[in-house]
Amino acid sequence: MQSYYVLGSSQFAMIENPISPLPETVCETECACPPLEVVGHGLYRPDAPEKLTGQAKYIADLQIPNILQAYVLRSPHASARIEKISTAKAQAMPGVAAIMTAEDLPAANYVPLVRNDLPLLAASEVKFIGQPVALVAAESYEEARAAAEAIEVQYEVLKPSLTIEEGIAKDWILWHYQQFTGDAESVFNNPEPGMHIYEATYTTSHQEHAYLETNGCIVTPEDRGGFKVLGSMQCPFYVQKAVATALGVDYQKVRVVQTVTGGGFGGKEDAPSTPASLAAVLCWRTRRPVRLIYGREEDMISMTKRHPSKTVFKSAVDKDGYIKAVDIHYYVDGGAYITLSSIVLWRGLLHASGPYRIPNVRTLADAVGSNTAPNGAFRGFGQPQVAFAADAHWDHVAQQMGIDPLEFRRKNMLKVGDKTSSGQLLAESVGFEEVVAKVKAEIDYDRLLTLPRTPGRFRRGVGLSVSHYGVGLGANGGPHNFAAANVVVAVDGSVSVAVGTAEIGQGMTTVMLQIAAETLQCPFERLYLADTDTSQVPDSGPTVASRTTLASGNAVRDACQIIRQRMDNYLKERKDLPWREAVSACHVGGVQMAAQGYYRPGYKLDFDDQTGHGATYEIYTWCANAADVTVDTWTGKVKINKFVSGQDIGRAINPALVEGQIQGGALQGIGYALMEEYILKEGRILNDSLSTYIIPTSMDVPEIVPVIVEHNYSWGPYGAKGFGETPLVPAAPAIINAIANATGLRLKHLPATPERVWAAWQQEHSQDSGV
Amino acid sequence: MAEKNFRLQCTVNGHPIDKMVDPTARLLDTLREELHLTGCKEGCGQGECGACTIFMDGKPVDSCLVMTIQAQGHRLVTIEGMAFEGRLDTIQQMFVEEASVQCGFCIPGMVVAARALLEEKEDPTLEEVRYALGGNICRCTGYHKIFRAVLRAAKIERQLRLEGKPSQLKDLPGVHPAPSADRL
Repeated sequence: MQSYYVLGSSQFAMIENPISPLPETVCETECACPPLEVVGHGLYRPDAPEKLTGQAKYIADLQIPNILQAYVLRSPHASARIEKISTAKAQAMPGVAAIMTAEDLPAANYVPLVRNDLPLLAASEVKFIGQPVALVAAESYEEARAAAEAIEVQYEVLKPSLTIEEGIAKDWILWHYQQFTGDAESVFNNPEPGMHIYEATYTTSHQEHAYLETNGCIVTPEDRGGFKVLGSMQCPFYVQKAVATALGVDYQKVRVVQTVTGGGFGGKEDAPSTPASLAAVLCWRTRRPVRLIYGREEDMISMTKRHPSKTVFKSAVDKDGYIKAVDIHYYVDGGAYITLSSIVLWRGLLHASGPYRIPNVRTLADAVGSNTAPNGAFRGFGQPQVAFAADAHWDHVAQQMGIDPLEFRRKNMLKVGDKTSSGQLLAESVGFEEVVAKVKAEIDYDRLLTLPRTPGRFRRGVGLSVSHYGVGLGANGGPHNFAAANVVVAVDGSVSVAVGTAEIGQGMTTVMLQIAAETLQCPFERLYLADTDTSQVPDSGPTVASRTTLASGNAVRDACQIIRQRMDNYLKERKDLPWREAVSACHVGGVQMAAQGYYRPGYKLDFDDQTGHGATYEIYTWCANAADVTVDTWTGKVKINKFVSGQDIGRAINPALVEGQIQGGALQGIGYALMEEYILKEGRILNDSLSTYIIPTSMDVPEIVPVIVEHNYSWGPYGAKGFGETPLVPAAPAIINAIANATGLRLKHLPATPERVWAAWQQEHSQDSGV
Repeated sequence: MAEKNFRLQCTVNGHPIDKMVDPTARLLDTLREELHLTGCKEGCGQGECGACTIFMDGKPVDSCLVMTIQAQGHRLVTIEGMAFEGRLDTIQQMFVEEASVQCGFCIPGMVVAARALLEEKEDPTLEEVRYALGGNICRCTGYHKIFRAVLRAAKIERQLRLEGKPSQLKDLPGVHPAPSADRL
């Protein structure tokens, strides 16, 4: 098309970026932080104009000549043996370039994850509906689909196992973790006088990421037998490993370039490895570019979701309101293969007892198998389920004991100098008290809590929930715990910053460039973030676990510090020269104006499998959410009047983007609490579209007030920790606790749909009319 | 594959289109694949998410629910037609300033829906903004920064009108043959 469609690049630079006085931050360590000029300000996203004008190229927007369209034939059965696959008829269909089954794969038939148990293409058995069985590449999408439907597969259908209970009965346990601190058993066996003991069971459903852009990728053959993978993803290095494994080639023969990605939320962590590998084997077979983009329905049926869960939670609290012991059994439904379930389970284990001082802890955690699509990473990663159980439980316990639920939490919550349930000392950056105090004030907790409870149809109440979040992959991260950045300053003073983590909408581009601008002391407008490309930087781990600002941010800061130091050493008294002149002088003087920065966790991490002890995460983010709700007891509908989400994130590199992350994360948590649910029948998802799987729209979103608290982390870039996931984690329990405060109903299953709230109300009030 | 046996004549972003296309294809696919206007996105293909929203004779429509033949003789405006010579539309500008964009996939449809609202109502309330964007799903932002951007854009355009300066979108030659009730 014509040039008038193109956004003039000069225009955007003319929008003046906002620089205003910085808020006070808290430094718990004695350091002399200089005033910051770029970090801490809400600069505009450099990637916004392209996205706003339709110029940003997502994977489906790329047009590549001579490309083949791929389609995946999927299992219609939750459990079956494959007796025979006949492709003869399909081979003869028009436009078909290649058909592949497990027999035709060039190398390993698995997606490399924790245990390499997920096959790329089912060989002898299928274990979930939607599992890939055969592949077609054809000249058009319609031809590929028609040919796939002509492939004949004979199955011997088996009886599937579909729930956590069935999985436990069959002893289909994918993974187990445990944690023992103190002696919980003897506390429960010999309770002190006046001790309050309570046990309850909490369950949760699946949650779908519902990223607006479905998974997709393009693989093209490159020179010297290499392959290039373009796609929507969070973890280019996972995809590189998966594709290299599927093709049986060196990692460096596979170049992965992330395209503009339309949302991830964990759904593009491990999941894109499958479509990328499927497209890659077709590319290997045909030596032509191959495009594989999932439709919404197949994305929903076959890709990862949040694990359904069941938590049996037993607690002992002494007469003064101090938690003495917990005994927790946490189960997650891992789906048909282990994939990432073990790591999800690990995070759940370590956060199960909540952000509280508890001397005696026994936690057992099991990932149970089922004949459903493998569940995987989703914002919160095994924590939201158990946080719901724990914080709904504590709220109920406080109420039973006649203690204000917030006072109960204050009494027990972790402070600097305390140890977590894994025995880890909290040395710094625990802004928990301040978070809770600010959230409490913002929601007007005291007034709402003491509102007269009027009888009638509409009941109003307030609820609060707290949680901690271990930032990064922690002691279980292995080789993925590190990150690198390459920074190159050109002769004209423009700067290229390359990192190995991905911009998935969360704002990484802006944050990395702000850190670079601050450290180099150069104008923000002169900085450019390179596309995330495995050929540009060393393996920097995945874009997950709220680690990007901390990991890549530190790597960028490291690289920029090296360059700035070299410049200062060379320029000496001329180091205050304007940026362009300073750069020019340094280049003339032979100063090396490029550097690689590296990040390692700030504390040594370890974990013991037997006891569940160790320094598990380098730092924690602290969160409190509060909800003010009105429950319609006639319909069961819960209306949130106001939602407050506060976190101690160390330092807000860009407060405007932080607010956006908090509001977006909180709304996903609100959806999880009240409306989002997959309906499964015999392993088949019945609501496999955005018309039937309901997520919050603009009509549903309540007022969401973000609260930012900054207790700097000494090893974080300018004090920052990560927080992208935390707003979601205690969202559901805050709402469930508010419903309890309003109605007296203690709901123990998510989501609390109107049907469930109504049914619970009817059950409680079957004797009266409820009015 | 269906044949390109239909001569589509319409205007897109003010420019006449005369092209042989598949009349049964979704308008979304014709725009993206034949006219290379990939700003409108496919999120669901069922008219639920609104990522493919475009203007058809001034009204926002989900282009995944329109058959190409239905565009015959009509005036279409896509997100690509909203920024002119590098100048962002007021709404787009406010989306930048209010940090309303995250992953960006819903944004083209969101901007079109917001523009449609402001063409109809100069001074919308928050509730009217919520309602107007009700067919556009965003999974990233929690919507509030989008609401703020739309309300601020409305305020700025009202001010421009008071000062006698027409809003920049209405200046676009060819896009809005004035005067007309259905300007877009």
